[in-house]
Amino acid sequence: MSVVAKKHRIALTGNEAVAQAMRQIHPDVVAAYPITPQTEIVQIFSSFVSDGLVHTEYVPVESEHSAMSATVGAAAAGARSMTATSANGLALMWEILYIASGSRLPIVMPVVNRALSGPINIHCDHSDTMGARDSGWIHLYSENAQEAYDNMIQAVRIAEHPDVKLPVMVCMDGFIISHGMENVELLDDKVVSDFVGSYKIDHPLLDIDNPITFGPLDLQDFYFEHKRAQAEAMVRAKNVILQIGEEYAKLTGTKYELFETYRLDDAEVAIVVIGSTAGTAKVQIDKLRSQGIKAGMLKVRVFRPFPYEEIKQALSHVSAIAVLDRADSFSSIGGPLFSETRAAMYDAEKRPLITNYVYGLGGRDINLAMIEKVYQDLLEIKDTGKLKQYVNYLGVRE
Amino acid sequence: MSDNKKQVVRKDAAWHELPVGGIIPAGGTAKEFKTGDWRTIRPIHDREKCIDCMFCWAYCPDMSVIVEDGKVVGFDYDHCKGCGICAKVCPPRVSAITMVPDSEADAETKKEEEAV
Repeated sequence: MSVVAKKHRIALTGNEAVAQAMRQIHPDVVAAYPITPQTEIVQIFSSFVSDGLVHTEYVPVESEHSAMSATVGAAAAGARSMTATSANGLALMWEILYIASGSRLPIVMPVVNRALSGPINIHCDHSDTMGARDSGWIHLYSENAQEAYDNMIQAVRIAEHPDVKLPVMVCMDGFIISHGMENVELLDDKVVSDFVGSYKIDHPLLDIDNPITFGPLDLQDFYFEHKRAQAEAMVRAKNVILQIGEEYAKLTGTKYELFETYRLDDAEVAIVVIGSTAGTAKVQIDKLRSQGIKAGMLKVRVFRPFPYEEIKQALSHVSAIAVLDRADSFSSIGGPLFSETRAAMYDAEKRPLITNYVYGLGGRDINLAMIEKVYQDLLEIKDTGKLKQYVNYLGVRE
Repeated sequence: MSDNKKQVVRKDAAWHELPVGGIIPAGGTAKEFKTGDWRTIRPIHDREKCIDCMFCWAYCPDMSVIVEDGKVVGFDYDHCKGCGICAKVCPPRVSAITMVPDSEADAETKKEEEAV
């Protein structure tokens, strides 16, 4: 990259990095309710408001249902609006998630991934956002605090793009990223504010000269057409995400695509993974490579829209694939990433053998030895040409 | 308003021709939705008994009590759903509103028309 904007390298937790991104984006309205491990984001952001660093209207609501409702109202009124949540808070937003996406409101919401109760647990897994995978929101996942920061800034442009007009969740692993401190490179405030531009919607409710009816009853004669249009917006989102990624790369030198591949081009065995586990896997892949094992990885950044065609192409040369899910879908056939990846590979000319590992539920640690075990299993699958089972539970006491 | 709505949201519009997000780019469009056909019983207003206390007007959830110059003159049957709240809140000593099955009211109207 020839021209790269000045960057400021500072030590931040994931929550701090996301709060900084929100300060720089400078939304008109933030309505939020605190929940572990998201609390710091809204706490830090509310300090920015009270310190006069942002002129955002901050609405401290009484629940997440109200947080999302207020955000929907503000976005429809014509304000750039955000909220943030985790786990049970996301669950309490549920009905309004669909109203946000169905009303095509470009809300951006960081979600700090945490296990859904019960039994009650506050630590990382992806059961919260994976449960919301069909809510019509775009889902961007982050491997670390830097990616969370970068995804936040790009999410604004993706959500508000005229071809898209859909809400975006920016997901990061609870505690592992949200509370872990790393070096993060922040852009200048001005660079971010120029990049995100101003919020414009076609029919804001506050345009009293041009009144509209918002949220009318939509019965048998129109609802289906509106849902068809929503489905198309999600299809179009894929190219928009790539375009915005290119544009952002011109600023930062880092290119964001639909997924990241790591030593995948000549890999014989590969894993598919989401979030912070990718960082651990990269270390293990380097170790295996030094032993002559052709191991690779595909890390999914964009889960909705699901990049099925691109994933199929990226993985079609691999003999055996393990999909790592940090959430069970309780379908009895593994986690959601497994279902999607396996479906994507159905059209591959030479279908690889694909197995699933559900891991890390409720914050259970995943380490190098566990990832090595997955690759050992894959090598056996490759050599024998046989899967023992579709679904494995990695790191559970047997 | 009516013309505006017809212009922006055609009944036969394909999915890609509709305004985004289910909005109707016009205000006051609830008027176009004739909820009167949900009704099975209708309020009948007795002008002789009515004291114009406006209880029915205040309580009607569908703004279907028609008032002119401070006097109740009847009901908007295009939108009245026949909930009966107006008859319920009409003071008992006044009882200016009675609920009548729509089928009976329609038969009555038909008879009157035939007589004319």
